[in-house]
Amino acid sequence: MSRWAPPSSYLVKAAILSGIAAASAGCHTDMWRQPKLAPLSESTLFPDGQASRPFVPGTIPRGYLREDSAFYTGFVNKKLVTKIPIPVTLQLLKRGQERFNIYCSPCHGRLGDGEGMIAHRGFSIRRKPGDYHTDRLRTMPIGHFYDVITNGYGAMFSYASRVEPHDRWAIAAYIRVLQLSQHATPAEYAEAGGPATTTP
Amino acid sequence: MAQIFKPSANTIAQVSLLGGAIVPLSVGLGIAALSRSPANTKVGVPLNQPVPFSHEHHVGQLGIDCRYCHTSVEKSAFAGFPPTETCMSCHSQIWTNSPLLEPVRKSYETGTPIRWTKVNKVPEFVFFNHSIHVNRGINCNTCHGAVNDMNITWKGNSFQMAWCLQCHRAPERYLHENEADTAAGLTPRQQVFNLYWKFQQDGVKHLDAHEQDLISGEDPVSFDKDEIAKGRKLVNKYGVKTQQLADCWICHR
Ligand code: HEC
Ligand code: HEC
Ligand code: HEC
Ligand code: HEC
Ligand code: HEC
Ligand code: HEC
Repeated sequence: MSRWAPPSSYLVKAAILSGIAAASAGCHTDMWRQPKLAPLSESTLFPDGQASRPFVPGTIPRGYLREDSAFYTGFVNKKLVTKIPIPVTLQLLKRGQERFNIYCSPCHGRLGDGEGMIAHRGFSIRRKPGDYHTDRLRTMPIGHFYDVITNGYGAMFSYASRVEPHDRWAIAAYIRVLQLSQHATPAEYAEAGGPATTTP
Repeated sequence: MAQIFKPSANTIAQVSLLGGAIVPLSVGLGIAALSRSPANTKVGVPLNQPVPFSHEHHVGQLGIDCRYCHTSVEKSAFAGFPPTETCMSCHSQIWTNSPLLEPVRKSYETGTPIRWTKVNKVPEFVFFNHSIHVNRGINCNTCHGAVNDMNITWKGNSFQMAWCLQCHRAPERYLHENEADTAAGLTPRQQVFNLYWKFQQDGVKHLDAHEQDLISGEDPVSFDKDEIAKGRKLVNKYGVKTQQLADCWICHR
């Protein structure tokens, strides 16, 4: 008959292991909150309480040199730009469509007619978001749209902090697409290969 | 020689052996259960916020895109909170007298940011990145629960290590694409956001099964063989490094 090992060695091991487990469950605080600052965290060092610092006035971060006035402001010699300063490709228009739907369609609607969801929820009572299909806006130089996104217009806020310059041109290009789409003649529509409709 | 142990000692010995096994086990399981319970993880518990901001209202009903407010989510590690200016782009014109929005107006006037209470956190020794997940078409609701239904934001999942790993070990069970959207040329990233738009336009009925799970806050994991095979195709298509995805250094760097 084989001898059965005394249980004590198992018990000792089990006791040690569970002791370690119990002790280590309570010792994880210093790595959980490390003395570093993440974007948006707060700091007592600065008067405004924010860890993320704004640029010191006059500094130009790498890649932010804005020499090309047509591209970065939509103006050349105080006159609105009439031609998009970057190549207009299908890709650019698609990008413009996506960005337009995110940032502009809540108010201006997906067609740019000023009938967005937020407009219907009371925005229009005070100030109707612009309808892009007026004659004035259809003949407006393209730089105007860039400028409206960058600096806002009347009751509309600036979108400069959320829409980068390249995307602003993409949106401007897409607004031209919307304007064309709402003013196409049946002949143009057929030429573009649109599906046949009964109501022209 | 007289007997040292009475016959009853047998029972005592057996009971204490059994007890020696059961007591530590149940203490261990108890701690494990406690650490996974909402009391510890805060899953499903809405937290107090300075302004009763409702995603149900702004996303579910108004259909505002996540990126209107969480602008950086698709291109950086952080989703971030919207600055007060973002709220004011609408609330300078609508609901301008609502007392609920008083802290927003005050913050805008004084330039001091609103202090939102953070709902989702991982410890600082964990590295997390939003953009890679969103660019692989993983919907926000996979991790955050049904945001489109939240009146006051709560935490959708525990964000414990085991929870991250259950996907990192088998991403094919979670990756998904909507075939109609893919045919229409939408990238996985665009499909993430298009889901909320489709939901707001047509309601939940017109979504596919996986999307219905997401919108209603069910765990979108697939156990179906065909679905997993499709998921595996996506894993290959995106070039996900499955061999390494559960390595410690991925999240602890
Ligand atoms: C929060 C609602 C809102 C959003 C979002 C919004 N706008 Fe506007 N927009 C307005 C309002 C209101 C006006 C009319 C302003 C006025 O007349 O005071 C306007 C006017 C305009 C005009 C007409 C300017 C003119 O000369 O009449 C253009 C162009 C325009 N917006 C473009 C955009 C673009 C591009 C975006 C997206 C980046 C955008 N808007 C997003 C509310 C909005
Ligand atoms: C109108 C602006 C707005 C929109 C649109 C928006 N959010 Fe938010 N979101 C906020 C604000 C403000 C907070 C902070 C207050 C809170 O937690 O409710 C927040 C918080 C969150 C949080 C919790 C963050 C934390 O850890 O505290 C998650 C998750 C979130 N949003 C996801 C989403 C998703 C997903 C979408 C798109 C379906 C979305 N949000 C759309 C404004 C917005
Ligand atoms: C794109 C426009 C838009 C943006 C941006 C927006 N809201 Fe709203 N919000 C609305 C609309 C529209 C309503 C009212 C909806 C309705 O008609 O019931 C509303 C309602 C509210 C209400 C309820 C007001 C009440 O008295 O019931 C609160 C609180 C609120 N928003 C907070 C915020 C906060 C905080 C932010 C910024 C993170 C924000 N909103 C950004 C459009 C917006
Ligand atoms: C793979 C899971 C996952 C997905 C998908 C995901 N999140 Fe998150 N989210 C997290 C985690 C984890 C945190 C906590 C990050 C931290 O503490 O650093 C977080 C935090 C947040 C926060 C708080 C602010 C911040 O940046 O920490 C917001 C807002 C947020 N997520 C919004 C979103 C939105 C919007 C989407 C969809 C476009 C999304 N999340 C998709 C896991 C996810
Ligand atoms: C639903 C599935 C899912 C969940 C849940 C998830 N991830 Fe991921 N994660 C992925 C996928 C897919 C990738 C992309 C890997 C690739 O493309 O190589 C990824 C990539 C990452 C990466 C980048 C890896 C690299 O190569 O740089 C990090 C870091 C990461 N995840 C951390 C986390 C953390 C932390 C959590 C839990 C809070 C988490 N993930 C939850 C699916 C998930
Ligand atoms: C997919 C991302 C991911 C990977 C891969 C990962 N971890 Fe973690 N780990 C986490 C998260 C998230 C937490 C925080 C859990 C929490 O909040 O309770 C964590 C916590 C931990 C903790 C602290 C637990 C505690 O409660 O104090 C340890 C130790 C740890 N991980 C070790 C590892 C080791 C060892 C590996 C490799 C085998 C690994 N991790 C791989 C995401 C990950």
